[in-house]
Amino acid sequence: MEFSELIKTANVDNVVLKQPFRPPVRGTLCVTSHHLLLSSRDGDTMELLLLLRNIDAVEKRFVSSGTITIKCKDLRILQLDIPGMEECLNIASSIEALSSLETVTEMYPFFYRPLNLHLQEWGLHSPERDFDQIASQTDRWRLSCVNKDFSVCPSYPTAVIVPRSLEDETLKKAARFRQGGRFPVLSYYHRNNGMVIMRSSQPLVGAHRRRCKEDELLLQAVLGGSDLGYIVDTRSAQLAKQATLIGGGSESKTNYINWKRLHRNLERGKVLQESLIKLVEACNDQSNNMDRWLSKLENCKWLSYVSSALITAGLVAECVEREGCPVLVHGSEGTDTTLLVTSLARLILDPECRTISGFQELIDREWIQAGHPFQLRCAHSAFSHTRLRHEAPVFLLFLDCCWQLSRQFPLSLQFNEALLTRLSQEVYASNFGNFLCNSDKERCAFRVKENTNSLWAWINRPCELSKYTNPLYECNSLAIWPSVNPQSLQLWQGLFFRWSHSTQHLDEAWEEIRLIVSEHKVKGNTDSTLPGGLNSQAPAGISSVCEPCC
Amino acid sequence: QVENVRLLDRVSSRKAPVGTLYLTATHVIFVENVSETRKETWILHSQICAVEKQSTSATGCPLLIRCKNYQVIQFIILQERDCHDVYISLMRLSRPEKYEELYCFSFNPNLDKEEREQAWNFIDVKAEYKRMGVPVQLWYITHLNRDYEVCDTYPTELYAPTSATPPIIIGSSKFRSRGRFPTLSYYNHDNHASICRSSQPLSGFSARCLEDEQMLQAIMKANPGSEFMYVVDTRPKLNAMANRAAGKGYENEDNYSNIKFQFIGIENIHVMRNSLQKMLEVCELKSPSMGDFLWGLENSGWLKHIKAILDAGIFIAKAVAEEAVSVLVHCSDGWDRTAQVCSVASLLLDPYYRTLKGFMVLIEKDWVSFGHKFNHRYNHLDGDPKEVSPVIDQFIECIWHLMEQFPCAFEYNERFLVHVHNHIYSCQYGNFICNSQKERREQRTHERTHSLWPHMWKNSADYMNPLYRPDHSQTQGVLRPDTAPYCFKFWRGMYNRFEKGLHPRQSVIDFLMAVKEETQQLEEDLEIHEEKIAKLEKSQVNSNKIKAKPRDINKHLGVSISDNSIANTPQDYTDTAGTFPSCSPSQLDEESSVLILTRDTLKSSDPDLSTNSDQESGVADLNCRSPSGGDFLPSEDSAKDPD
Repeated sequence: MEFSELIKTANVDNVVLKQPFRPPVRGTLCVTSHHLLLSSRDGDTMELLLLLRNIDAVEKRFVSSGTITIKCKDLRILQLDIPGMEECLNIASSIEALSSLETVTEMYPFFYRPLNLHLQEWGLHSPERDFDQIASQTDRWRLSCVNKDFSVCPSYPTAVIVPRSLEDETLKKAARFRQGGRFPVLSYYHRNNGMVIMRSSQPLVGAHRRRCKEDELLLQAVLGGSDLGYIVDTRSAQLAKQATLIGGGSESKTNYINWKRLHRNLERGKVLQESLIKLVEACNDQSNNMDRWLSKLENCKWLSYVSSALITAGLVAECVEREGCPVLVHGSEGTDTTLLVTSLARLILDPECRTISGFQELIDREWIQAGHPFQLRCAHSAFSHTRLRHEAPVFLLFLDCCWQLSRQFPLSLQFNEALLTRLSQEVYASNFGNFLCNSDKERCAFRVKENTNSLWAWINRPCELSKYTNPLYECNSLAIWPSVNPQSLQLWQGLFFRWSHSTQHLDEAWEEIRLIVSEHKVKGNTDSTLPGGLNSQAPAGISSVCEPCC
Repeated sequence: QVENVRLLDRVSSRKAPVGTLYLTATHVIFVENVSETRKETWILHSQICAVEKQSTSATGCPLLIRCKNYQVIQFIILQERDCHDVYISLMRLSRPEKYEELYCFSFNPNLDKEEREQAWNFIDVKAEYKRMGVPVQLWYITHLNRDYEVCDTYPTELYAPTSATPPIIIGSSKFRSRGRFPTLSYYNHDNHASICRSSQPLSGFSARCLEDEQMLQAIMKANPGSEFMYVVDTRPKLNAMANRAAGKGYENEDNYSNIKFQFIGIENIHVMRNSLQKMLEVCELKSPSMGDFLWGLENSGWLKHIKAILDAGIFIAKAVAEEAVSVLVHCSDGWDRTAQVCSVASLLLDPYYRTLKGFMVLIEKDWVSFGHKFNHRYNHLDGDPKEVSPVIDQFIECIWHLMEQFPCAFEYNERFLVHVHNHIYSCQYGNFICNSQKERREQRTHERTHSLWPHMWKNSADYMNPLYRPDHSQTQGVLRPDTAPYCFKFWRGMYNRFEKGLHPRQSVIDFLMAVKEETQQLEEDLEIHEEKIAKLEKSQVNSNKIKAKPRDINKHLGVSISDNSIANTPQDYTDTAGTFPSCSPSQLDEESSVLILTRDTLKSSDPDLSTNSDQESGVADLNCRSPSGGDFLPSEDSAKDPD
């Protein structure tokens, strides 16, 4: 297919663009295969460069001239006044067609070639690297390549970490007993006490109460020396029971004797997507009425979902750190709430993932490689009029929880809010290949790594990195236990009011903070390299300083 | 004195510490039995708002104490009889009937007479008017109220427009509720626009008063460039109209030339009291769901009221700064909503009120001197419960909301607001007792009590906002806050301030203050060293005499500021759905008692945690420990908290 077939009108003059925080500008609008551009007539400055993929909904309105309202997946709302009925319709239909391309290789990351970045700079956080770190601590685990051709589990990466005592054959059999072949694999190894977080999908128990010796064996091997492990099911007990009717279910007490099952109901799928839609609608309500705002905020339940995600992650972390037990987390498919819980629990427990590179690794390992279906979940955001299919803002919920943690522990995360908002945008529409496709299998098939650039490579360049660094960061080796009371959780204004509320004063505050901290560093350095350092050292230092004038 | 009392924690389900309860003339003191720490909790009698005896259970007799600073404490007393005795005593002690019984008349910070006098002169309202630029050609100081004869709730010195002669003032005062005639609250030197305040006119349905009309005319004329002035009635229109039936009401635009009349719609003290009550009920819910909490918050209407006050302040500030039009503000009596709105507007207009000293001046000017009824509103002496209302609380909360929006604009920090609030209720200092200047003169408060402000000034290091810089752009000029509904949030730091588990586990402010202090320290060190080197270079004296200050505090800073033992306390993630299956109670207890121990060593250094009511002593301690003393040793113990 040629993009040009979809572009009926490529250029329109005299278009007026209205966008947040800027005065309206008049210029020439241009639709290209992946972008919407507007350049003003005077001075030829680019006023708008919008990825078409970022567009969630297009609304047309005709009065004297045509008006197109563009609602973006990053929650921005733009308005274009286009002279001429035909041009207006053509532009709108081109945008609609081009913004919903479904073929991965036609997406912009396959065309994006920035000057100072090379395709090969993926520097992936591989399971191998993860495993090397664990191997230096214990020999109870091994790296298995049982899934090297994605035949055992299509949504897992090629290599997974499993108990050393299990053969690949056992794993294959256990995989058949789990939905989508997602057999229990290691998610996190807690160095402090050697305990682990495992994740999987639900066991295929079904109405006939099937069991699987290999699956039981696998969990027995996870226990190692412990006499108790926890299975945290992200569905309510009732939902888990209902799942047996369609072939799923949960681990029974009799077959998994040393495991205790805990149920925590986390919302997923459609419910979560609708919550986001309602929240965004509430945020765009202009009525200026306090009661209405609070009741809408309550009604959308987004903050309740934030709270339950943190509660469940806290529970898992508590089992590991304070109870000293291994934990297995799963819901039904094991690709959504499961990952939400395991990644948050890890953030609570593991100081490493609170660094910028550690956080990237966490996202790589626990979301991208773990098979969160980004393409399906992020096909549309809060404005779309199309019928919901597989959309769900699970990753957005994860980012919100991270933001809550950063509010409660402002000194313990190396990354700042800007990185979280950037990611919230990147997962929906990006120049980079990281969040393309639904699994490593698909990414291999489309040769994503070979043909696109990595967001991390872009972000990790020093000039970019400083934007995403928290100046207050001080490594905190302890677990960070979040408070989950409603009083302690807040709406993430930086995301949901990103385009309607200027953050100028807060940005200025961060600038001050940077200033104070850097001044401190400078003083600290000069002081310790100059006289201070020298006094505490041997007197020889002094004499050497004095020498010139002696 | 009662032994074997247990103190319950509202948020966590940690084992309640056992200790002894003492009642003194001024405080309730609870001392824990744990031998090394003997942690103490002090509650000032005047902070007690309500005492409730609940039905006796197997463990003992619960006694619930609610404080005016939003602390809620629950004791469990073994013997029902003891509990009853404590209850009876507290009922009496927490409800003094005479001013003499208030703590400020017995509180003695060891100042001699001269120091005390100086302390009272620390904040001078007259000097403040001078700072604003009055008296000036257009405004003069009038002594008509010298003996409180014109208005017994106003101060003796008042400012009036030059063309308002004494007969006009007196005539106007007779046409205003309680004689509170229009007088100057804030004068904008740059454009001559002013904010004046008064009570409602006694207009009824048709009454007029020539002098009052002349008075407003005079105020308008004192702003030479303007063609009209605003009259802002902060009440809802319906309330104002109802007042007309009682011979009061509001200004008729037809009778007063060149006024623009405006209703603002802030609810009265009774609505506010009930609203707060509802919100506090939400704060007290034991592990509420997000839905419960948001519903309760909406239902209380509290944030709506805060928004109304801030909106009113913005309206006035805009009129003065942007339109250069003078504003007269009143409500019914002109001492509650009027005080709120005038002071919010002043704060938005003038950066001075966003400094530590400026804030003190603002409180003294718009609240204390203009007869805000502290005694009635904050129930210092046992009185009519219908007079009680969180008026100044709302003003303080407005400032907090502004701080959230303008993090660099205020010299003071949240802690300062919370401590001022605390002292408005504590009656430890004489600033906020009685209902008017006249009453305070009668009680001779300046001779018999002490002033709060110099004390807070002395501890200003604790109250500074590290992000404030006088030359910062945010500091300058008029603040233009956003008042979209989502900008208003529940103020956890005030209403749940004693529930430590709910707060961020690390404080940015404390961290930055420590960093700043250390930077300064390093700078001084550097200078000293440079001087010494210079000397060395000259005289070539042996270097051994030089004493260096250790520098490795750097490394400790992060760990010590973030209160890690608290940070490392997980919440109950389990209590939402049944109990944690494997955790035997004894296990948990062991764990948490260890935790409490480590926390206590920290608590002794935190004013909010250790001496719950008598924070000032804690603050003073804090100051002594601050590194500015010079002999700051690097702490090997990373848990030490130099904050």
